[in-house]
Amino acid sequence: MSTAFAFALVGVGLFALGLFALMVYVHLLRKIIAINVMGSGVFMILVALAKRSAEATDPIPHAMVITGIVVAVSATALALTLMLKLTAASGRARFTDD
Amino acid sequence: MMHNKPLDNISDDYRPAAMVYLLSALAVMTVAALLAYVVLSLPPVAPGLTGHVAAQMGQSGVSNPVTAVLLNFRGYDTLLEMVVLLVALLGVWALGDVARHHETAPGPVLDTLARVLTPLLILVAAYLLWVGAHAPGGAFQAGSVLGAAGVLLLLTGWRPRIALIDLPLRLILIIGPAAFVAMAAITLLIEGQLLTYPVMQAGTLILILETMAMLSIGVTLAALFLGGQPRDIQNK
Repeated sequence: MSTAFAFALVGVGLFALGLFALMVYVHLLRKIIAINVMGSGVFMILVALAKRSAEATDPIPHAMVITGIVVAVSATALALTLMLKLTAASGRARFTDD
Repeated sequence: MMHNKPLDNISDDYRPAAMVYLLSALAVMTVAALLAYVVLSLPPVAPGLTGHVAAQMGQSGVSNPVTAVLLNFRGYDTLLEMVVLLVALLGVWALGDVARHHETAPGPVLDTLARVLTPLLILVAAYLLWVGAHAPGGAFQAGSVLGAAGVLLLLTGWRPRIALIDLPLRLILIIGPAAFVAMAAITLLIEGQLLTYPVMQAGTLILILETMAMLSIGVTLAALFLGGQPRDIQNK
């Protein structure tokens, strides 16, 4: 197994860890961090699999990941702001049924 | 409003039942196994679009393939990503104003660090922008470094002057997307296609676009950190 696939599997692991945290934890801050860990896993898979030939690295996934990271940061900022507003309005940083 | 204690209780997290843990773990392990299977079943040797990109590099105006893809071959994607950044900031602004800022003097370490690091970070951003033409670097990396400089400044308690937060801030926020749209319109008129640069001028045009994009990305990221729309009531 080449290193590309070893790193891609680490990315799969990160994605799974994030997914688990997203499902299990209730606090919204934990959920937002979990989604970020999942995103990092996806980025890692993309970057790792870009290097699958001996001579050169595929630049397309790299370009996608560069913009993806910046977009993920801004989406996280929006999510955090939403969480703060929800906390200010309801007193709790989690979704409730009522 | 309980704005003064927003995130006090992370222990507010009530524990789910052990059964939920177990079922979630099982489900996640299944997903992970399936994903691993899919990843491992991909062809072990796949150059992807490396060849296509390499064949067109001569016409791109730059020698770094990632920059060529970002700003030339897939310029349309990058244009839309600039818009996504702007929309995220508009979302944050729509949710309310910046929380009242209490002026406190930063500690000597933070103060000195910010004074030393801010010019250095601006220099690093300019270097990353320039080097992006032929080595790893470019508008997004440079913009992130600029954004980090802005966040550092905001952490020291610095706030932009009132005169800066209305028109100048907005102009810098849209200069990146606006430059992209203008470039798309001009190339549509000259070359007949969106964001298809004339080969001779491609390098210069990409540098101009990247500079504008870097400014917008950096300022947008720093503005997101404020967590709301800055208004001049904050200092009254």
